[in-house]
Amino acid sequence: MLSVILGNRMKQMFISLSLSLSLSLSLSYFFFPFRHDIMKWNGWGYSDSRFLFNKKGQAEFTGKRYRLSGLILPSLKDWFEGTFGANLQHKSPPALNVSAVPPPNLNESFVEELKAAGVALSQEPEDRVFRSHGHCLHEIFALREGRISRVPDLVVWPSCHNDVVKIVELACKHNVCLIPYGGGTSVSSALECPPEETRSIVSLDTSQMNRILWIDEKNLTAHVEAGIIGQDLERQLNESGYCTGHEPDSMEFSSLGGWVATRASGMKKNIYGNIEDLVVHIKMVTPRGVIEKSCQGPRMSTGPDIHHFIMGSEGTLGVVTEVTMKIRPVPEYQKYGSIVFPNFQQGVACLREVAKQRCAPASIRLMDNEQFQFGHALKPQVSSIFTSFLDGLKKFYITKFKGFDPHHLCVATLLFEGDREKVLQHEKQVYDIAAKFGGLAAGEDNGQRGYMLTFVIAYLRDLGMDYYVIGESFETSVPWDRVLDLCRNVKERIVRECKERGVQFPPLSTCRVTQTYDAGACVYFYFAFNYRGLSDPIHVYENVEHAAREEILANGGSLSHHHGVGKLRKEWMKEAVSTVGLGMLKSVKEYVDPSNIFGNRNLL
Amino acid sequence: MASKSLYSGRDPVLKKRDDFEDVLEERRNSSDLRYALRCYTPALYKGLVPCKASMLKSIVLQSDSLQYVVGQVSAECGESREAVQEEAALLLEEMAHRLQLGTIRFFAFTLSKAFKALFRGVCVNEEGIQRLQQAIQEHPVVLLPSHRSYMDFLMMSYILYTYDLALPVIAAGMDFISMKFVGEMLRMSGAFFIRRSFGGDKLYWAVFSEYVKTMLRNGYAPIEFFLEGTRSRTGKSLTPKTGLLNIVMEPFFKGEVFDVNLVPVSISYERILEESLYARELLGVPKPKESTSGLLKARRILSEDYGSMHVYFGHPVSIRSLAQGHISRSQHNLLPRHIPQKPTADTQAFVNDTAFRLVRLQEENMVLKPWVLLATLLLQNPDGMDLSTLTEQADWLRRLALAFGAFLDWPDHEPCSKVISSSLALHKNLVCVSGGRVRLVVEELPGAESATEEAGFNRAVSVLSCASYRNQILHLFVRPALIAVAMQTANCSRKDEVFNCFNFLRNVFSNEFILCPGAAVQDFEEACYLLGKCGAVQELQQDLVMSQSGQTTLAFLCSVLDPFLQGYQVVCRYLCEELEENLLENKFVPAVRSFTLQLILSGSLKCYEALSSDLQKNALAALIRLKAVRRVKAGDQVTLKVNKIAVNSLEDTLGKTNPCLRRL
Repeated sequence: MLSVILGNRMKQMFISLSLSLSLSLSLSYFFFPFRHDIMKWNGWGYSDSRFLFNKKGQAEFTGKRYRLSGLILPSLKDWFEGTFGANLQHKSPPALNVSAVPPPNLNESFVEELKAAGVALSQEPEDRVFRSHGHCLHEIFALREGRISRVPDLVVWPSCHNDVVKIVELACKHNVCLIPYGGGTSVSSALECPPEETRSIVSLDTSQMNRILWIDEKNLTAHVEAGIIGQDLERQLNESGYCTGHEPDSMEFSSLGGWVATRASGMKKNIYGNIEDLVVHIKMVTPRGVIEKSCQGPRMSTGPDIHHFIMGSEGTLGVVTEVTMKIRPVPEYQKYGSIVFPNFQQGVACLREVAKQRCAPASIRLMDNEQFQFGHALKPQVSSIFTSFLDGLKKFYITKFKGFDPHHLCVATLLFEGDREKVLQHEKQVYDIAAKFGGLAAGEDNGQRGYMLTFVIAYLRDLGMDYYVIGESFETSVPWDRVLDLCRNVKERIVRECKERGVQFPPLSTCRVTQTYDAGACVYFYFAFNYRGLSDPIHVYENVEHAAREEILANGGSLSHHHGVGKLRKEWMKEAVSTVGLGMLKSVKEYVDPSNIFGNRNLL
Repeated sequence: MASKSLYSGRDPVLKKRDDFEDVLEERRNSSDLRYALRCYTPALYKGLVPCKASMLKSIVLQSDSLQYVVGQVSAECGESREAVQEEAALLLEEMAHRLQLGTIRFFAFTLSKAFKALFRGVCVNEEGIQRLQQAIQEHPVVLLPSHRSYMDFLMMSYILYTYDLALPVIAAGMDFISMKFVGEMLRMSGAFFIRRSFGGDKLYWAVFSEYVKTMLRNGYAPIEFFLEGTRSRTGKSLTPKTGLLNIVMEPFFKGEVFDVNLVPVSISYERILEESLYARELLGVPKPKESTSGLLKARRILSEDYGSMHVYFGHPVSIRSLAQGHISRSQHNLLPRHIPQKPTADTQAFVNDTAFRLVRLQEENMVLKPWVLLATLLLQNPDGMDLSTLTEQADWLRRLALAFGAFLDWPDHEPCSKVISSSLALHKNLVCVSGGRVRLVVEELPGAESATEEAGFNRAVSVLSCASYRNQILHLFVRPALIAVAMQTANCSRKDEVFNCFNFLRNVFSNEFILCPGAAVQDFEEACYLLGKCGAVQELQQDLVMSQSGQTTLAFLCSVLDPFLQGYQVVCRYLCEELEENLLENKFVPAVRSFTLQLILSGSLKCYEALSSDLQKNALAALIRLKAVRRVKAGDQVTLKVNKIAVNSLEDTLGKTNPCLRRL
């Protein structure tokens, strides 16, 4: 129903006819193919793609976009009910109330000058609400309840670097607050408008700056506008036979500028590197002017790298407009794989060894037992491609290799890339290491399915919320020797905190190791619970997540590996980088943006 | 670090305590053999990494932390790594337990026989057992029993076996190892042996701490040790030692386990097996060396009646909850965890505070028998009491004790006189009733005068034996008693004045009683509350005044502390008057003892408890702490340097606490 409403909603844009004679009424309507046409305004992803329980009570994933689309998932219902104690009868329908959007607080002269400069803008409630949030649980939950707090007063769509320069100049001149908006996939409350902000808040949407400006095949670089969305960038580069290889889980929706602003990490970083390894040149517009390096040398010793002030600045210093990125030829061959381990400890030991030998495949991820079981729940009914994993396992491993307890075993998924011969060689090397840790190869399909789940798992939260189940994921990075302790303690802390706060069913508390480094790993936690009987579930949720983060920090984990700090994790920044460190960052902000034009109040 | 409001402001009488069940009852009705051979399948820790005792050793020897220290030691002393590693292996061999179910079954059989002969009953709180069973499955468990008798750890394992709980591994002193056969038997029943002192021995410490931590992390078995470090000879709890507690907390601080449950266990005896042995030891007859033949000689004790004993398993205390807000675990983030690190001052303070709290929890759940009240009264009336007076006062004291929250096992359905007579009968070796008067039994010397050293000594044995029972209730009275004395000394009813006196006395006696460091205010408030509740004092805005009916209570409380005040005064007097320039520390106790004995024989001192070496050592420790005495090390020997002015003024202040004490 939701999609119908959204589909019918005409996306309208005000474009000022920026002629000197034009007055405020002489506006014309244009139709722009904006992404929020096809995307949910109060949930994850595409409007046409969602989980639902059909009339027979079977789970189904709608749409045509994913491998899982249009398939029936017969075991999801049982898993769902068994894990959360959630009953499909207890549906909490999302409330929809866009009319509650407060009227915009406009800085008229700013708006006038913008129009005069020919920048696309809108003050439609739908546009403003759409850009008022990221995808934190509390943000989505509030939207579903129809609760709308402070939203941007105006949305502007610059179409190029020079537009941004103009917008920032005007914002400084008229003292309005700018919040850059890329793909809107933030999970750190970074896009939330500070409620204490009294100035007019302008959301600067970079989505129209989405062109690849040039490709340099000699140096294997591409110069790209920062508003481009991950999947578009990859697709367009693929057409020329290249790729960046940067594939964060959000790549369907997140933007290049957003990656730079949060220090993003991609699934295949083992081959291509994280965003800081991928960028060669960045151009950012700040209230002080444009910051960029004078050349594209691959490495420089010119004092602290100014890119590192930009990367991770989370929109507090300016807007990233153009980025030169490394590109690689599209790999000749890709192969998925999976390994079953008797337990999580053995799995982690194997990953550690792989990292030690520096032979990690493009991606290697290790799910714990709970996630392995969850993976089964998403097994489709008709599956020629998806071989019946559990049955296969039961038959093959559990009977033949009795050591494997289905309640302890865990699975690593692998992705190899490169030329065919090397991939096969590499594959053998990794499987040989795995064998030393009791790991057994478990087939390509399971591996591929694991990666596919990454993209659909975010949709599942919306289904949960229909049935009183709320949840979220969060991440950290931690030295190798503390991985097991951290995983165990954080999962247990979540369970205990839920119990103490009156959550009536044991929560889903699960983790996976998603990246390996020489000196440590990135760990992802998923956490969800059934909130029936709780008067303020979001408050409970936030307390538990807070406690989990405290536990992470106490166990030697970092504040964030790639999600960023935003406003959600700000309170720990001082602890994380020391008082002096925080002071350094503050003094940079002080110099670059003394009037706090970029006033999203993230990070510091 | 101030101890939190664990004790203050709550009414101790409202404490819910569990009911007891006699574990011997079933033993008297069914076959011991079948019991010893029955199927034993305890619930285990959910995170258990199964491993055998031998496997455990190799894990310890290969551990990063031990390897690190082996490397360090080898670099320091120039020996090869292999040699040091070999040394570590030998140390571990000497230390490690070899828990075997067969030995446990043997003990289950023989101890059933022994316990049935010794005790009327062994009462255990089954709810505590259930809580323990739960706790064992959730997190690693550390069992912390009180220590009054050799019997304690045998009894612990016996009870855990009886209830089908995981058998503990027990930290035991090296003394046992010299007992042929028995030492090995204990090893096979789960004891591991630690040297009494290994101060600077880095390697020993590393082996030992890694051994304990490995067992804890793997959830191998509950770890049991005695916070007090050794058996209390006086019936009072001893100041806790924090070494082992530090070790078992470390895996939590370093994030290696989610939590550790500490379970205080209170073991109380109606009659202590070692009763007169302890008294003699306190009077300077050296402790008999543990030997197998000595144990066999002790067989005659099997024919005596030791009444019943109580074992109370307290609520598991989660280290995680205790540490919340006090310990930042992230302090370990920047150093590899296998590198040994001295605990920070914060951590040390927290561990110390926790140790005190746990000992108080032990004290709180110690079962007190009527005899404890009688011993208290009889010691205050050294010339004996009429049975009727004793009965009357015992009834009064019972009510007072209950008002203070005593865990008193007083048979409600029986008349007071009957309870008293059966108590007196059980302790007939200490008291006798003749002609309606109750007095202490003192071994008479044929034809000798009563003023000889030997007669004094014999009387002291009786008094100290009796005192070991009175001491069991001191934890209940000590805080109010300190206030009672403080009110007397302050000579004014202003609350702050009283508090100052209280604080001074509390400070002086903090080696003598379990007084949590830094908790003076809480202790004061708690005691004021109790005294107010029993109607002895009235708390006004600024003042603390005795109520009209409070005289008896306050006088009683003052006399509870009296022997200690006198004893400390005697020690001070000795140091001022008698001391030659260089008193060796190890000569201190015998010297004070003979000084005290002379005072007693000359009739100027009536307090036989001043002869107790425990009291004398505590007094010395207090004086050293208060910087009135200095320890000076010269070679192997330690001499005591006395600041006579300070000691003298301390004696004067103590003298003011009770006008009649002023002149010794």
